[in-house]
Amino acid sequence: MLKIEVKKLTKVFGKNPKLGIKLLEGGKTKADILKETGMTVGVNQVSFKVFSGEIFVIMGLSGSGKSTLVRLINRLIEPSAGSVLIDGEDLAKMDKAELIKTRRKKLSMVFQKFGLFPHRTILENTEYGLEVQGFDKSEMRNKALNSLKMVGLLGYEEQYPSQLSGGMQQRVGLARALATDTDILLMDEAFSALDPLIRKEMQDELIDLQSSMQKTIIFITHDLDEALKLGDRIALMKDGVIVQIGTPEEIMTSPANDYVKKFVQDVDRSKVLTAQNVMIRPETIQVEKDGPRTALQRMMQAEISSIYATNKNKELIGIVTADAASEAIKSGNKNIYDIIEANVPLVSPDLQLNDLFNVIYNSQVPVAVVEDKKLIGIIIRGAVLAALAGNEVNHDDTNTPNTHS
Amino acid sequence: MIQIPQIPIVEFADIIVAWLRSNAQWFFEPIKKFLDVIVSGLSEGLIAIPPFIFILIMLLITVYITKKIGGLSIFVFLGLLLIHNLGYWEGTMLTLSLILTASMISIIIGVPLGIWMSRSIVVQNVVTPILDFMQTMPAFVYLIPAVSFFGIGMVPGVIASVIFSMPPVVRLTNLGIRQVSTELIEAADAFGSTPKQKLFKVQLPMAKTTIMAGVNQTIMLALSMVVIASMIGADGLGVEVFRAVTRNEAGQGFASGLAIVILAIILDRITQSLNIKRK
Repeated sequence: MLKIEVKKLTKVFGKNPKLGIKLLEGGKTKADILKETGMTVGVNQVSFKVFSGEIFVIMGLSGSGKSTLVRLINRLIEPSAGSVLIDGEDLAKMDKAELIKTRRKKLSMVFQKFGLFPHRTILENTEYGLEVQGFDKSEMRNKALNSLKMVGLLGYEEQYPSQLSGGMQQRVGLARALATDTDILLMDEAFSALDPLIRKEMQDELIDLQSSMQKTIIFITHDLDEALKLGDRIALMKDGVIVQIGTPEEIMTSPANDYVKKFVQDVDRSKVLTAQNVMIRPETIQVEKDGPRTALQRMMQAEISSIYATNKNKELIGIVTADAASEAIKSGNKNIYDIIEANVPLVSPDLQLNDLFNVIYNSQVPVAVVEDKKLIGIIIRGAVLAALAGNEVNHDDTNTPNTHS
Repeated sequence: MIQIPQIPIVEFADIIVAWLRSNAQWFFEPIKKFLDVIVSGLSEGLIAIPPFIFILIMLLITVYITKKIGGLSIFVFLGLLLIHNLGYWEGTMLTLSLILTASMISIIIGVPLGIWMSRSIVVQNVVTPILDFMQTMPAFVYLIPAVSFFGIGMVPGVIASVIFSMPPVVRLTNLGIRQVSTELIEAADAFGSTPKQKLFKVQLPMAKTTIMAGVNQTIMLALSMVVIASMIGADGLGVEVFRAVTRNEAGQGFASGLAIVILAIILDRITQSLNIKRK
């Protein structure tokens, strides 16, 4: 059943959107219009249909207009032209009161940075959508508790968002969206701010929840793996235009143009990822000040059996194993240099994962990633496997768990 | 050299003040009466409370707000005792009622004005220069029309204090609301909040800390007007300071100044403690 129909939806940011639309209809591109008028085309005459019970993924890189598009669907951003039909009613033509009613009854949203109200408890956050509709207290509480239960957060009702980890905060965001029991769920990069393992967990849970709830979900992401995993259909966006719409299978096997092709290539991860994508921050000791005892203690703390040694300029000297360190402590040898093994496996940060396998396979200790003689990271086997399975382990800035806005 | 005639700002201002004085009494008179009732009611009420009872009440309020018996409660207790000991009790109560009235009026006008500013860029652009004007025009200058319109006494003192002390609460209310992150505003909108619900459930609670910082500043500025207000007959500690200055009595000046400082610290710390948020 047709749930959402978007027809020629356009957003032009700038002083004279009408002129922008005319130019777009005359076939000018986003770049032309920016050059000629200084206006930015956010979304350019986008049309698509979403059916009930479907997860429709809109994917694109930053600046592709995907976040603008999702905000046009619930009119957080006013469209410049076009229409958004929800159950056949045009959202773009509604007056304020109708719009508020539609948002309350038909649409809910999950935000990238969670969008939780820091002054409200988890329960009060979950109740928000019901509270503005004037539900009575006990009904509101029941519904909120029920949706907190669905996301596995019972017992946290009286806590505040800042007391929860990123993953848990986004569960609250999801619970808040589920509490109003709308048919449509808009998820704007909902899992992008979570660290990889939690992200995967949330994706699995969303799939589980969806199999029982059968919501209509519009899911925005910049991550192709996520799109392929979640989407019943995927729309690929570039420069405000939808480049291709199709099932994951169609997108993978018959990409509509070079842009899509380039995207899809990335899926063979071993060809794309390099050492620096999978390396982790190493535990190190500094030869100028640390002795065998410190080395051993640090290994015990980190629960590892060997530790890399650097000088104070972070240049790699070698590796110390736990055995060698405890031997030295027993024999009273305090000279760290005596127990450093200088012959260690080294790779450069841009080595491809394919070529990395051999090095890792043949090495007893984690592989050191070295750039300009400096130790910038280490690679452990688990991280490589995780990366191939689709979880990046790098220290990408977007992966910031436990933060709150 | 071409002679540019002097621009008649002086005459212009004089004419306006004179005109208002003779034609707008219907406007000033009720304000004066109203403020008079509030200030005198408040000061009589405060003076009627026996000092030791008052000190005890203040102590309890402090303990309640800070949730502990600590440095501040001891300071409140000893500070107020010292004021009493120095013989400035009545003056302090008069000053307190002046400050409280001026701050109340500033907040009652200032917070809604700040909210209005936060919702419209036009209002913000109009109000901001007026606030700048209010804050930078030397306070002595608007004592003159205040006396013209409201006579001498507590009321023109309150008016002058309000003009001087209102800007921070307006500015910080505006700032606090504008600082609420876009995503939270979007969240409020996305779930179908009306503008009023958004204001009371999201924007004001989120801006509370900033607004309270403005309230604190407003109270402090009102207090700083005490001595100036005494020049137009506003009773209280300011009179003591002013008298000490005119008679060249350094000791009296120091003691009455000290009473003002104690009052300032108490008001400042208590309003700041109100602002410490639960985690």
